[in-house]
Amino acid sequence: MQTQSMFGTKAEGLLLMQQRSRVSMFWKMIFIFATAIAILFLLLLLVSVIDSIFGYTVIRNEVDVPELVSGASSLDDLSRSQLEETARDNLSSGILRRVEYEKPIAEQSDRELRALIEQYIIKPSVLRSWGLWDSITKQDEIGAYMANQEDSYLIFKSWITPDFLTNDQSANPLNAGIRTALLGSLWIIAITFLLAFPIGVGSAIYLEEYADDTKLNRMLQLNIFNLSAVPSIIYGLLGLAVFVRAMEGVTSGAIFSAVADTTANGRTILSGGLTLGLLVLPIIIINTQEALKGVPDTLRMSSYGVGATKWQTIWSHVLPVSFDRILTGTILALSRALGETAPLVVIGASTFISVDPSSIFSKFTTLPIQIYQWSARPQGSYRNIAAAAIIVLLVLLLVLNSGAIYLRDILSKKKRMAA
Amino acid sequence: MKVMQAAAEESFEFLGKSEAVENQEIITLEDVNIHYGSFHAVKNASLPIYEKQVTAFIGPSGCGKSTVLRSINRMNDMIRGATIDGKVLFHGHDLYAKDVDPVLIRRSIGMVFQKPNPFPKSIYENITWGAKINGFKGDYNELVETSLQKAALWDEVKDKLKENALRLSGGQQQRLCIARTLAVQPEVILMDEPASALDPIATGRIEELILELKKYYTIVIVTHNMGQASRVSDNTAFFMVDEGRTGYLEEYAPTEQLFLNPTHKKTEEYISGKFG
Repeated sequence: MQTQSMFGTKAEGLLLMQQRSRVSMFWKMIFIFATAIAILFLLLLLVSVIDSIFGYTVIRNEVDVPELVSGASSLDDLSRSQLEETARDNLSSGILRRVEYEKPIAEQSDRELRALIEQYIIKPSVLRSWGLWDSITKQDEIGAYMANQEDSYLIFKSWITPDFLTNDQSANPLNAGIRTALLGSLWIIAITFLLAFPIGVGSAIYLEEYADDTKLNRMLQLNIFNLSAVPSIIYGLLGLAVFVRAMEGVTSGAIFSAVADTTANGRTILSGGLTLGLLVLPIIIINTQEALKGVPDTLRMSSYGVGATKWQTIWSHVLPVSFDRILTGTILALSRALGETAPLVVIGASTFISVDPSSIFSKFTTLPIQIYQWSARPQGSYRNIAAAAIIVLLVLLLVLNSGAIYLRDILSKKKRMAA
Repeated sequence: MKVMQAAAEESFEFLGKSEAVENQEIITLEDVNIHYGSFHAVKNASLPIYEKQVTAFIGPSGCGKSTVLRSINRMNDMIRGATIDGKVLFHGHDLYAKDVDPVLIRRSIGMVFQKPNPFPKSIYENITWGAKINGFKGDYNELVETSLQKAALWDEVKDKLKENALRLSGGQQQRLCIARTLAVQPEVILMDEPASALDPIATGRIEELILELKKYYTIVIVTHNMGQASRVSDNTAFFMVDEGRTGYLEEYAPTEQLFLNPTHKKTEEYISGKFG
């Protein structure tokens, strides 16, 4: 009887229940709403990028192919001898001299010759372009525009093409590609990994498995957390002072007598990779520590119980159990490095290079830098190729991240299968 | 250190060991005090542990019996902030002397834990790993078979030695942990509530096993189960906890005497179930 009176009558209880489930439902709606907004913004981003890389484009050639070779409608129709002849006859003498000096026309492939002719003789330029949405909805306007145009033609262009991946940089957005930037990004990530993975995992093992709970170690831990939150541009300034300036002899390759042909002093791949390595080091340390914390102490104890040393315990039991999480943490940290722009701008990434990086002492540019450069230019077509480069960068990040998830799944499935 | 090595060598010939002299002290605790940081966990524990007998540690929660147990093979070293004063003698040699390597101690004084904790590896590797890191040079197949046989597990797992140990039942896992400890051929086995996570049938098998193993090994067992202590042990140490939550040894006696004729009032109250 007493308990009944403490909780009120049955009717009151029912009423309260309804009220409680209403509140519960209200919060559920709030959370769904938050998720929906987040997804909406992500979709908007994707849509706006995709809108920029497809669409109708009006192009005007300075010289058309039929004017060069009568009877031919495009460069693909020309024979080898016609290509060589066209190039020799129409290139200005200065350019011809430079081309012959770098790589004689007779030695160039058909594809290279076509690119040469397009770049220096036909000289296509974009008069106007529409986004994907406008291309679909504003066909009347496009038609009216074309009616007033002469010497130009309309194509439906995809700015992201195989050529876009393999071409050099170029002053003409129609010919520009991201090969050097892509290679630069990959080189830099490799250096970042080589620096940050061993040092990061090593210090995490020390802090988590060996270090005593002293004031000094607690302070170290706190500072690692702080470092992981330091803005990336600060790392750029550090890299500029230490790697580019103070260690120029090393980072330019001078003391190894390995200075690249196109020397950039200390502003090399090595400097960029080391800077990004420092940037992700605290993240890798923290991720690895978390992975090691996930290993139950009973496993360590059972290893010590049969007379194992600390290292035998770590190597045979702790690392195999935590390896999948260490690896995922590292890959996620690297994908952050892949998207970094500010620190590389500060240490002096090149804005325009058409030479592939050939060693760690080469000049470099990376995808995010390239995107930044292109999107800062006034001409509209640069925005199109910036969008295309963004797609490439996003795909690269997606591959890295899903690779991390895939690896984690395989490794933990292996553990489960074994279990 | 010579004593330690001699002991280690001796323990390799565990099967052919000569009969133990009755009531030979193998381990002696002298005035052991253990602190966790500033917390005084155990005070002035002194007791002998006899060779090839089972010694049980009983007492209410928080009385420090597991702490004392872990001090015997220096497992407390692994706990941050744990310090120990006093002496733990093994064959008359202080285990906390400066020149003693705790790794070597743990080979001679093995440990079985409360929760079964096999390595997440195959049953076979669970047995061989400890032997391998300690430089075992014999036949591994034989080692696996004899260790599992002594732990009364061989018949159940002989056809699935390559399977992961975590697939075994809790009771089987615990016997595997015992087998794993036996494989490095220790002299003493410390058991920290080895059956508390198991069902009654599995518990019964562990108890049978303890009685069997005591022919070859010295066993120290911490248990909450007084029936278990009375069934398996030869000597019992009863620990109590004072007002400052510091544990101490209240009474130590042959098990029969402690359970039937306890001399201390608190012991009598505890074993008759008045508290704890």
